[in-house]
Amino acid sequence: MRRYFGRKLLIYGLTFFAAVTINWLIPRLMPGDPVASMVSRANLAQPEAVAAMQAYYTGLFGLDLPAWQQYLNFWGALLRGDLGISIWLFPTPVADVITRAVPYTLGLLVPAILLSWWAGNRFGAFAARRRLLDNTVLPVGYILTATPYMWLAILLAWGLGIVAGVFPVAGGYSYAMRPNLSWEFVGSLALHWFLPFLSLFLVAFGGWAIGMRNMIIYELEADYSSYLSALGAPQRLIRRYAFRNAVLPQITGLALQLGVLVAGALVTEVVFSYPGLGSLILKAIQNQDFFLLQGVFLFIVIGVLVANFVIDIVYVLVDPRTRAGMGAEA
Amino acid sequence: MSVVPDEKAAVATTGVRAEALHFALRNGKLLAGLTVLVVLLVLGLFGPMVAAADPNAYVGPQFAPPSGEHWFGTTIFGQDIFTQFIHGLRATFLVGLLGGGIAAVIGMAIGFTAGYRGGIVDEILNMLTNIVLVLPALAVLLVINAYLGIRSIPVQAVFIGLTSWPWVARAIRAQTFSLRSREFVDLARLSGVRPWRIMTREIAPNMSSYLFMAFILLFGGSVLIGASLDFIGLGPTDSISLGLMLNNAARYNALHLGMWWWFIPPGLGITAVVGSLYVMNVGLDEVFNPKLREM
Amino acid sequence: MTLKVEDLRVYYRTLKGDVKALDGVTFSLADGEIMGLAGESGSGKSTLGKSLIRLDGRMRHIGGSAELDGKDLPVGDTHAMNPFRFHEVSLIPQYAMSAMNPTRKIGRMVDELLRSRGVAPMRQELERRVGLVGLSADVLDRYPIELSGGMKQRMVMVISTLLNPSLLIADEVTSALDVSSQKAVAKTLLEFRDRDLVKSMIVVTHDISLVYQIADTIMVMYAGKLAEKATADVIVSAPRHPYTQALISSLPEVGVRYEERRLQGIPGRPPSLLDPPKGCRFRSRCPLAFERCAEEPPFAEVAPGHSVACWKAV
Repeated sequence: MRRYFGRKLLIYGLTFFAAVTINWLIPRLMPGDPVASMVSRANLAQPEAVAAMQAYYTGLFGLDLPAWQQYLNFWGALLRGDLGISIWLFPTPVADVITRAVPYTLGLLVPAILLSWWAGNRFGAFAARRRLLDNTVLPVGYILTATPYMWLAILLAWGLGIVAGVFPVAGGYSYAMRPNLSWEFVGSLALHWFLPFLSLFLVAFGGWAIGMRNMIIYELEADYSSYLSALGAPQRLIRRYAFRNAVLPQITGLALQLGVLVAGALVTEVVFSYPGLGSLILKAIQNQDFFLLQGVFLFIVIGVLVANFVIDIVYVLVDPRTRAGMGAEA
Repeated sequence: MSVVPDEKAAVATTGVRAEALHFALRNGKLLAGLTVLVVLLVLGLFGPMVAAADPNAYVGPQFAPPSGEHWFGTTIFGQDIFTQFIHGLRATFLVGLLGGGIAAVIGMAIGFTAGYRGGIVDEILNMLTNIVLVLPALAVLLVINAYLGIRSIPVQAVFIGLTSWPWVARAIRAQTFSLRSREFVDLARLSGVRPWRIMTREIAPNMSSYLFMAFILLFGGSVLIGASLDFIGLGPTDSISLGLMLNNAARYNALHLGMWWWFIPPGLGITAVVGSLYVMNVGLDEVFNPKLREM
Repeated sequence: MTLKVEDLRVYYRTLKGDVKALDGVTFSLADGEIMGLAGESGSGKSTLGKSLIRLDGRMRHIGGSAELDGKDLPVGDTHAMNPFRFHEVSLIPQYAMSAMNPTRKIGRMVDELLRSRGVAPMRQELERRVGLVGLSADVLDRYPIELSGGMKQRMVMVISTLLNPSLLIADEVTSALDVSSQKAVAKTLLEFRDRDLVKSMIVVTHDISLVYQIADTIMVMYAGKLAEKATADVIVSAPRHPYTQALISSLPEVGVRYEERRLQGIPGRPPSLLDPPKGCRFRSRCPLAFERCAEEPPFAEVAPGHSVACWKAV
């Protein structure tokens, strides 16, 4: 058990290390003088911002230093929580910009992931080996998983937002409001949250339903299912066992899908101008705000790593075989 | 065991391939997926030869709904959406083929090597695989593409391929592990066959159906990642893709202007390509795996 | 009479047509009888074993009937068979290593299985039986993965016989085990019968030398038909069917399986069961074949308790 978690933590640590290294390395691979090119690519109006940036970049990159020194300085700044200054929202620190956006992204992602996983598994298990459902409803699941997140988001925004006029299609809350702790504001938040949530939920739901359906079919063909059938056990019991066993790979699947789900949330936010990390990325790209982009990247990596670790713990709690001290495979 | 396997051998040694073909030709999912895919492929491959060469040219009236003149209507600038669509399809196939292909090759190479060699080589490759696996691909690609200013479809596809191989490597490693202890592989090893030949001649053919299916899934995944990148604003600057069309439609307010003909075709195109790939994959699974066939 | 099987036919549906795996089989099993059921793979012995408890997806009951303890056994009707399963007919499958749900503790799984069959959990009895096969009671609090192959095999034997079935079908139970475990398993089967936990038993095997040690009678099948049935001693010492003779003479030493060797003494292969030849199915490989063999030989009693399907034996 200790070995299992030790190994996992080692992998996550190395992954974080790799992510930081990528972050450090990529700007240095830019053709030409990175500072000049970044400053020129960031179309800034205020001259003092240009000067500040120039100084800041030069100081931060420290290109006159040897590479290892630059690298260590980079880590040093990172560990102090210094992710640089946003150019788009100059002179707000990147860390602040990100902290403001993170709750929105989490508020969208966490419920969408958990609910779609739960509902998709239930539904997929229910549909498996029931011919009518399998043949009519599951194709819908396939179409849903194949749908690009942003397209479904656009369709929902258009259909339910613009044509039907039921939901707002932009922002995290009404533009007429300032964030405050009133029911009215919370209502506005919920109203603006719903469509982005729904489109994330639907695409992910299709994937889980199909995954579960395929898993369950394998489990229903497994030897223990045949044995139970031979002993006359009712389908209910066999399906219950099959579900329980099929859920385990689905938990692993959740860890594997995290990256895709996060990507889905980012583009969905872009469609709805939802004030989370996705919109930040869009702004960062549009304004050539590389520090912001890099900061968001690191945040996403950290979030995915934490989520992975949580899933590892859940897996151990749910799978008796790992608890029994077996399967120390990473 | 039961009577059947032996019996088949006795009846005729037509082999597994003929049987797979037999089921393939009768598998509705496989055929439906393949049909849609081929139609779109033909459209993407030959369409651009017939239609206008420049998908971004301003050719018609601005803001026009679909008509006999412009089948899918025009954009707010008067670009022909059908022309953009078929060029975009071509880009989509390119991203899928190149990105999926590169990912498949890397995944296989790493998976085979790790699974076959074992030991320290496996430890290192497995660690690498796990690291790339947890790194969220789109986030990495965003940083790389934005910084390096990657705006061409083939280069984009290459980078997608470089980040999306890990799950294949993992699966192939596991399968190689189980195959390498089988008798026929032992026999080859004992008779001094080189590892590379054992991998390509003995192990790969035994996994060929799996490899093919993995490629299909990678193809679909690459298409979706590529579309997301284009949509966020890292699409090609000199040409068009379906993701970029969606980006343009969103950026220039097609939603509020009610220009459904601008955002429906590109999304539908991506969904159709990826969806038909997935459905084909299920069909193939049923063909190769007798337990899943409906009886 | 525990079991009576009358002209049972079970075919497999395949692409190329029906494989006539079990093509008219008639025999009976006395109270307390342990019958070894032997034959090459493809002879229909496994099909016969399965069809008495549960047909798998591709198997079709074509005709014939079975009777257990005077009651009709609805072998062709999966649903109607259900009350009989576990209570009256039970199975030790050949996949005993993977027969138990990997994510349930064994004791809990058995409880749930019993409850689903409308039987109250019987922990004490279960523990007693577990002890009977030489396992300690705490295996019930373990997961299958924590048991060795032999332990799993014995545990499955306990589960399958828990409700004291009239008929137990043991399907190739020894093929996954090493020689010493094989002997232990064989002994346990014998003990189950002697303690009256099971009334009678069909032991499907391709290892005649092993089944000989516990079986009262041995029935030999060939190409979907019965070849010979007699007491174990007679089958081994004085077989009458040329196929049985070849089988016995090709037996090497005890415990070594002949299947892999493809029956050295008998040239040729078994006929296709898609379109089996008329007459005696062993004819093309039989050293004694003559004109009459074009006609199908009846499975006739040649001596008390000894039936043979061969014109030469009659």
